[in-house]
Amino acid sequence: MAVLKVLVVDDEPGIRSGVARILRDFHVTYPFMDEDYTFEIIEAPTGEEGIIMIERDMPDVLLLDNKLPGIQGVEVLEYVRERKYDIMVAMITSYASLDVAIRATRDGATDFIPKPFTPQELKSSIENISKQLYLKRITHKLNADGKKIRYQFLAVLSHELKAPLNALEGYLRMMQEKQAGNRIDDYATHIDRSLQRIQGMRNLIMDLLDFTKIRLERKEDKIQKVNLAEVASGAIVTVQPYAIQMEVNINLEVKSDAIIMADPADMEIIFNNLISNAVKYNKFGGKADITIDSTNTEAILIFSDTGIGITKTDSENLFTEFVRIKNEKTKNISGSGLGLSIVKKVVELYHGTIKVDSTPDVGTIFTIRLPKKPINIS
Amino acid sequence: MKKSDYTILVADDDPDYLFQTVFNLEKAGYKTVAVESQAEAESVFSKFKPSLAIFDLMMESDDSGFILCYKIKKKYPNVPVILATAVSRETGMSFSLDSEKEKSWIRADRYLEKGIRPEQLDQEIMKLLKL
Repeated sequence: MAVLKVLVVDDEPGIRSGVARILRDFHVTYPFMDEDYTFEIIEAPTGEEGIIMIERDMPDVLLLDNKLPGIQGVEVLEYVRERKYDIMVAMITSYASLDVAIRATRDGATDFIPKPFTPQELKSSIENISKQLYLKRITHKLNADGKKIRYQFLAVLSHELKAPLNALEGYLRMMQEKQAGNRIDDYATHIDRSLQRIQGMRNLIMDLLDFTKIRLERKEDKIQKVNLAEVASGAIVTVQPYAIQMEVNINLEVKSDAIIMADPADMEIIFNNLISNAVKYNKFGGKADITIDSTNTEAILIFSDTGIGITKTDSENLFTEFVRIKNEKTKNISGSGLGLSIVKKVVELYHGTIKVDSTPDVGTIFTIRLPKKPINIS
Repeated sequence: MKKSDYTILVADDDPDYLFQTVFNLEKAGYKTVAVESQAEAESVFSKFKPSLAIFDLMMESDDSGFILCYKIKKKYPNVPVILATAVSRETGMSFSLDSEKEKSWIRADRYLEKGIRPEQLDQEIMKLLKL
């Protein structure tokens, strides 16, 4: 239950007490609002006193008579707008001439309440104002959150891109100053590590390209029939050399042919990332099982591994950009921290779902459900 | 005392940065203990008192370095601590130990930007160890 503070500025005591009486038990609710609005009424008989109360109490809504003894209602309105206060204003006036209407609208009045008004007229006007106020505040909040997320993304991205450069710079300096000896062989580790950091950075840049592509590309022309079993086989071939090193056995079971309407490149992103994770975060000699199944409307993809697993707390952040679960078991595994967030974005683009079940030291199962026909990809 | 009588604890989750820092410190003559995480650092200084500690800021969490500063100072108030980060160079966010307010919550003796020259790091350490 949220309370909106309503300031009534009117020189007629009857109007002020009338507003207070009508709004006392009134509440506004909409299906899309988290909570109901109720109203607390404060009153001022003149514009001058109104301004004092605005400064002191910062109301959410201002009901403003235009014809006041001292300064006029529109002047109070100008005062509020000049200071960019977050207050919704409705003019109450019996002299609702065109002139006042134009001036008040230009200065940002949201609504007009003709005087005399019935309780119902006041209520519907307040209802309208509350709704606008709610939308305005929610939009503002969403914008602010969006800005914050973008800023964090860029800050972390720049950290991730610069860390390998710092490492390379350090190794090159050591070589330049011959700190570890005079022979090139004295620097074998340095060179080896430098090459690994370069590879890591290249992977990050590739993932980053995928990541921006998902957001920017128009999809309509690329949607076609895709056989997911074929995409899975292709991805397994790509990951195989790594799986051989790790002695991980990859199995693909196609329970029913899943043909879906999609951009093949998007499906490759899903399979490449999840299969390579199933190998990367596995144990030596482990297994990775990929199952493809389908219902009439959905394709169901299951990626199951016998790897190191994830704790419940860690799995909450698993799909967030640049979150890499750091612990003793993962410290030697390199990754960009973008893979799973890309997968999740792709799945959501197709209005599908992804969920993760994991037990530390036992393994992890990712389950993806994708609609076979895309519902308006945008 | 000689430099080799001092043991420096270095914690950084970037294995290459850790390798380079340890290399430079040992070349300068110090003994070192290197760890790659906040958890390892805590377990090291719970059993052993280093002469000085150098902590990276962002490890398991974004504020691992601050937490380590706080914990080590609680256990050994006299062990000098250097907080080494690349944060301001990379993100533009900055903090220092110049104001009293910052000193009160960042419990480090020095705050150094990553990528400083090895000689400069040695200078700072000598000052803190009063060599």
